[in-house]
Order: sequence, then C-alpha cells, then structure tokens
Amino acid sequence: MSDPTDTRLRADAQASLRKIHERSLGARMWSWRYVVLRRIAQVTILLLFFGTAHWGWQFPGDTPLLTGNLSSSEFMGLLPMTDPLAALQIFLTGHLLTREALIGAAVVFIFYLLLGGRVFCAWVCPVNMVTDLAGWLRTRLDIKPLFHVPRNVRYYVLAAALILSAITGVAAFEWVSPVGMMHREIIFGLGFGFLALLAIFLFDLLILKNGWCGHLCPLGGFWSLVGRGGQVRVRFDRDTCTHCGACGAVCPEPQVLNLKKLEERGLVYSGECSNCGRCTALCPENSLNFDLRALIRKHNAQARD
Amino acid sequence: MTGKTTTRREFLLKAAQGTAMAATGGLLWVYLLRQEARAHPYALRPPGALVEKDFNATCIKCGQCVNACPYDTLKLAGAGGSLPIGMPYFIPRDIPCYLCPDIPCMRACPTGALSPDLKDINDSRMGLAVIDLENCLSWKGLRCEICHRECPLKGKAISLELHPRAQSKHAMFYPIVNSDFCTGCGICEKACPTAEAAIRILPHGMVQGRIGEHYRLGWTFDTEISQDFKPAETAPPAVQETTVPDKAPGVDYLNEGEP
Ligand code: SF4
Ligand code: SF4
Ligand code: SF4
Repeated sequence: MSDPTDTRLRADAQASLRKIHERSLGARMWSWRYVVLRRIAQVTILLLFFGTAHWGWQFPGDTPLLTGNLSSSEFMGLLPMTDPLAALQIFLTGHLLTREALIGAAVVFIFYLLLGGRVFCAWVCPVNMVTDLAGWLRTRLDIKPLFHVPRNVRYYVLAAALILSAITGVAAFEWVSPVGMMHREIIFGLGFGFLALLAIFLFDLLILKNGWCGHLCPLGGFWSLVGRGGQVRVRFDRDTCTHCGACGAVCPEPQVLNLKKLEERGLVYSGECSNCGRCTALCPENSLNFDLRALIRKHNAQARD
Repeated sequence: MTGKTTTRREFLLKAAQGTAMAATGGLLWVYLLRQEARAHPYALRPPGALVEKDFNATCIKCGQCVNACPYDTLKLAGAGGSLPIGMPYFIPRDIPCYLCPDIPCMRACPTGALSPDLKDINDSRMGLAVIDLENCLSWKGLRCEICHRECPLKGKAISLELHPRAQSKHAMFYPIVNSDFCTGCGICEKACPTAEAAIRILPHGMVQGRIGEHYRLGWTFDTEISQDFKPAETAPPAVQETTVPDKAPGVDYLNEGEP
C-alpha cells in the first residue's frame, strides 16, 4: 500500500492516503464489498453446476438446473451457453459446430460484449479466486518482482492457441486450460488438476505478480479484446482525484489506471480492466465509480462545463 | 522507458529472444497436446461418439453427457490420469452402459461429439466384447452363460454354440460374440462372475483385423462378381463333416429342462 508520508506526493494526495489508513473498521470492511460480491458470484455459479451434477438439482420440473460446466452448459433446459473461445478453437480444428453450440457461444459472447471488460475473469472464473489470493498474499509479504514481463504476452498466447488448434487438430487451449481443469475437477471429481493450480498460485506468489491472469491467460486476453466497447465501465472524476495512486496499488491490471489516459477519457478505457471494482471501493475521494458508458459521457460533459 | 534509441543490434537481439521464447513455449505446448490427445487405445466412449480424432477435436469437455446419464456410467477424465483430459469415458466393469432407448447422453451433447446421427441405441458401437477362451467358465465346460443371458441383444450380439461331447452327458455351450451386433455396452463384462472378467470390452481398433481387398471369398454372397472373378455356377452342397446323432448326447437341460 502507498505510504501517506511519502514526500514526493502532493499534499492533497498524502491526505487522501491518510484517509485510507485512518478508516474505521466498518469502512474497511465496506471497502471489501466487491470482493465479497465477486466471491459470492463465483461460488454460486460453481454451486449451481455442482448441485446439478451431484444432487440432481432440477428446475423447472425435471429439467436439470444448470448442467455442464463453463466450457458449455445449459440453464433450465432453455438457455445454452458455450465458451466462445472454445468454440472458435474447435472451429479452427476444421469441425463444424452444431447449431446449439453456436447459439450458446453467441449468447455468452454478446453478454460479455455488452457488459464489457473482463467481467468473466473477475466475477465468474474460478481460477481468479486462486490468483487473487496469491496477489493479496504477495502484497502482504511484500515480495519484490523477479523480472518484468509485458502485459501483452497474453495476446500472443491467444494467437498461439488459435494457430496451434489449426495445426494440431485439437482445441489447443482447452486441452491445457487450468480454468477448465479447475472447474471440471470441482464439478466432476478430482484428478491432478489442482497441481496446475498450485503451480499458478506459486508462480503468482513468488515469481510474477498477477502472472497468470494479468500476463499469460489467453482467455483473459480474449475477453480483454471483446470487452473493450462494453457498457459497464469505471468512471473517473478528474476534479476530485488527488493522484494519490491508491487505486493503482490494489488494481491487478494497474496499467489501465494510467492517470494521463484517465484524465483524457474520463473512464477506464482498456478492456484489460476486469471490472473487479477494487479501485472504486478503495478510492478515498470517491473518484472512481461503476457507471454505464452512455451516462459517463453525459456526466463528464457536465463536469467539464 | 528510457528515452534512448534502440540500436540495430539491440533490436535484433530482442527479436531473437522473442522468437526463442515463442518457439520454446510453442514446442512445449504442442508436446503437451500430443501427450494428452494421442488417440488412446483403451478409452471407451459414450454411444454415438465420433471416431477418436474427430471426437478429440469436437468434445468441449463440458460433462453434460455425464450429467445426463441416469446410471452414472460416464465419467470425465481428470488431469494427469491415463486417459485424455476432460473427456467422457466409462469402465464397464464398474458401470456399463445400459443402452437407454432415448440416448440421453447423446441428446445432451451440445457439440455433436456424440453424433445425433445415432438414431437407434442398438446401432451404437462403443467397443467390442472379447472373450478370453482360457478363462471363460463356459469354455471350460461349466454352464455359466451369464453374459449371454444378460446381453440386451441376446442371441444376436452373443449367441451360444452347442458342442455335444461324445463321452459326456454334458454338452459345451460356447458363448460367441458377433461384431455385427455387439454395441460394446459392457453389460456382459459387468456380469461375468470370474475374478477378472473373462469377457471384456475393447475398442474395435485393438481387436479387429481387416481382411484386405485382395481376398475374394467365393463362397459368400457379398462377393462382387467381376470380369475376372466368377464363382462356380452352382456351389456344391456343403458337406457335413461330423454327423450329429438324432439326439445329442449333451442335453440343454438348463434351457429346455431334463428330458
Ligand atoms: S445410453 Fe444411457 S446408460 Fe448408456 S451412456 Fe448413454 S445415458 Fe448412460
Ligand atoms: S456432452 Fe459432448 S461435448 Fe460435452 S463432454 Fe460429453 S461428449 Fe464431450
Ligand atoms: S457388450 Fe456384451 S452385453 Fe453389450 S451388446 Fe456386446 S455382447 Fe452384448
């Protein structure tokens, strides 16, 4: 966490940081609200899958409630959902998809396209729970970086996944994906997938901060590209911001909180933002808030006048 | 970033380093895929599964077939096991496929990896039952025949061949599997009473040969008559090698009752 006594900061920024440090216990808890909500969302989704698979949860009537897993599923016998990246890889292996799978992929794709950012990453993906824990622990233990890896490596991994799918004839990422492994092994029983997760945990904790989700995961890269134009964004009020930098310190993708870009655009523009909400809950000046893109434009125009 | 301009040398070095990283990563990845996705000789797939190569490509590893199976037959392979990761399989000796007429597993499959072309469950070919003649109780002369009785396609997929014996009242009843009908459901393997099943399901590729084009079986009706191959106008009547006595010394008292 940034230091309120850091003399390189402006006086008002120091005051902002002091506000955070002096927060009451209640306020401190309140600043965890999005983390709690995200965990609830992630666990609920897992639970719905698990309950359907193991306890035969059915609704309505005798249709399975939520069958399958994040790769492909069906909700209440009505709504098919398919991971569009998995579908794309299968398509690249030279196999036509069924109509059901295509509709499912379109449903998921459009949902996140409209919502925006990497909502999947922060609110749905189970691996996020592991990497968040590693990131949190790493900050607490103050482990210094070993080396620097550019954030855009994930797009190369994504490209490689698509190319390798075409070359090898199997969906290249799906066959090694820790996301799929974790989900499958929780829902359908244990294999050695937890070793892969342990590896990710240790990698994130000791080697590269936010290493997997923030640098390598091609699924995250995919959603970054898709979520660019989404509607739910974090709004930035430049008049209240004191440049204390507290947001960047908690953000798993701090490059999206580049202050110069924020001031230009008035919102967190990059699709790499996972809409996790950590910054909005933490900002002592309340300068960052979730909002709809259209409303942000209006808000900022008014603020400028 | 430092404001200094990168020299040509630095640029080339960077490019080389990047390429090396990508190549190493890519090779490792391909190796992993090869290891995982090589067509597995022992995996038994749900009814309607496409051939292994296409199945590997299209199955999205969602487990909807697993959830749909009312008998808990199907499982998804875990990571690091001996079967390709995340794909459905079954072990007949644990739970066989009970050949649901409405094929729920296939209908649940969103990708067509379990092909909707399968209209009748009895046309599914998950594998082929193979009998270990040395350990089959019936082939030892005991009246077991459990596999025959349990087979949902009894009389077609497994039939009994009666072999009377000259010296004994007891005939031999040999269970014989017919690959034209066997679905590979594995109910027989599950039912077999020997300590290790003497009848088991194997993928076709592991047990079935192929005769090749160059053999002409003149005595079958399927053989195509061509310019350079004409079977005899009228086949000589088949000669019965051993004459079976009117009343066999062996008696099927189990199925027909004691005379
Ligand atoms: S046919 Fe029935 S028993 Fe056999 S695998 Fe499918 S759902 Fe299970
Ligand atoms: S339902 Fe189809 S795609 Fe899903 S695991 Fe079963 S075979 Fe694979
Ligand atoms: S696997 Fe066994 S029980 Fe099933 S059809 Fe074949 S012979 Fe019959």
